[in-house]
Amino acid sequence: MTNGHAEPMVKIRSLRKRFGAVEVLKGIDLDVPHGQVVCVVGPSGSGKSTLLRCVNRMETIDSGRIWVDGDLMGYAERGDRLHLLPPAELCRQRRPIGMVFQRFHLFPHRTAIENVMEGPVTVLRTPRAEARRQAEELLERVGLADRAGHYPAQLSGGQQQRVAIARSLAMRPKLMLFDEPTSALDPELVQEVLAVMRDLAASGMTMMVVTHEMGFAREVGDQLVFVDGGVIVERGNPREVLANPSNDRFRAFLGQVL
Amino acid sequence: MTPAGATPGSRDGEPAAEPPVELPINAVRPPRPGRLIGGAVALLFLAWLAYTIIVNENIHWDVIVSFLTDGRILGGLWVTIQLTVFSMVIGLVLGVMAAVMQLSDSPVLRGTSALYTWFFRGTPLLVQLIFWFNIGLVFPSFGIGVPFGGPKLIEWQANELITPFTAALLGLAINEGAYMAEIVRAGIRSVDPGQREAAEALGMSHRQVLRRVVLPQAMRVIIPPTGNQFISMLKTTSMVSVIAGAELLTVAQRIYLGNFEVIAMLIVASIWYVVLTTIASIGQHFIEKRFERGHAALGARVRRNLRPFAKEPA
Repeated sequence: MTNGHAEPMVKIRSLRKRFGAVEVLKGIDLDVPHGQVVCVVGPSGSGKSTLLRCVNRMETIDSGRIWVDGDLMGYAERGDRLHLLPPAELCRQRRPIGMVFQRFHLFPHRTAIENVMEGPVTVLRTPRAEARRQAEELLERVGLADRAGHYPAQLSGGQQQRVAIARSLAMRPKLMLFDEPTSALDPELVQEVLAVMRDLAASGMTMMVVTHEMGFAREVGDQLVFVDGGVIVERGNPREVLANPSNDRFRAFLGQVL
Repeated sequence: MTPAGATPGSRDGEPAAEPPVELPINAVRPPRPGRLIGGAVALLFLAWLAYTIIVNENIHWDVIVSFLTDGRILGGLWVTIQLTVFSMVIGLVLGVMAAVMQLSDSPVLRGTSALYTWFFRGTPLLVQLIFWFNIGLVFPSFGIGVPFGGPKLIEWQANELITPFTAALLGLAINEGAYMAEIVRAGIRSVDPGQREAAEALGMSHRQVLRRVVLPQAMRVIIPPTGNQFISMLKTTSMVSVIAGAELLTVAQRIYLGNFEVIAMLIVASIWYVVLTTIASIGQHFIEKRFERGHAALGARVRRNLRPFAKEPA
């Protein structure tokens, strides 16, 4: 699946993050090669969501470095010193990184298609007519062409999450971050969202997915990372790692979720 | 409940299988004697009230009718409308600014905003109005130039600049801004932080997040109390009569000082205030509807919550 890039899409080195007195990430090293799907799993409170949120700098970090497509996130390196990026630069860095949230966070005052158009129109200054055409295509792609005029409150959770994915894709991202995208859904709605994500992976999108769906990780993931207590304690090919977990904590965790 | 609803086919235990049976509910409402008596008393009271007002010789209805469309009264009405609209618009702008400052990371901006709301909510509007009218006693002239005592490019005399109208506008708008700040802040706070995150993840700047995502949603919470503020402002403008602001009440007072029709003039003014507030309430209803997009209508929710459980629609 790698496209011959030497540099990975995401490169994380010695990442540390604390909230007050609690250190939630204690030195994370992780590479996400171009076109690969990395699934991040772990018990709640393990820091896996924080790890994801650090990648697009929703969270500031306390030490370490994160590069996305060769771009150092959040800082400019001048001489031997780091300079915090001004807000406008940060926005530019976030633009090509899509993010999908556990609780969708669709804009409730806009219809499905307006949600999808919002990024291109506001941020990329795409003409409305063109943004609308793109949005229609994207809604078609997530199977919701007939729901374009609906407000989020009129959609099921699974439909909302698919609109949220389309909204991210409208920014033509090179990397997609999924923060437990199916955890807030009723069981019968999980598959429709996973199907969209499967298609996305098949199209060659680079993805980081925090999830509890081991089936999805096994089937779609190129790499599985188990985070516990702020460190990566197990990593490897999902099919192999899930079949033969070497770490005790990982084995205990799998016993609980499977 | 009532045997009238019983239909053949639903006998003993076994629900009827063959023809689908309809069981309409045509229940008799229990008698509510208390409500009947209460209604009668209220009706009697209202009739008596209307009677005493209409037959009262001290209320000169002919004078009231003739002054309702008097040129001076209509002029005062127009000033009242202008004062209300301008001070609400300026107040809203000040309120949004103060609210955004209050939510800023900078302690200086937060402090400035807090000082503003603290001071203008802490002193009576009446005092503020008289103060603005007499500002010339403190600052005889205003100018644009170098601050802290430097040279001035343009200079105005306070006596020329501060008319009753400008003093009224300053007093009402700045005071209103302090109250609007609290309303706007509550509105902004009511928006789910996830909304901000989702917008930032799309690469929106702070300004864009505020303008495109946060404020439109905050409006839903901001508009009902703002409508109340507007309606309240229509009547608060009457305070301006202490500085002879030439609005409705001032004009009515001037007329009755000439013709001694005190009650008639006050009723004329009151009729116009009621007309204005009624129109404003209707406008508020439609604006609220506009901003309810994507949400269950607020009115419907309120009504549903007020209705006792399992009560049948009337």
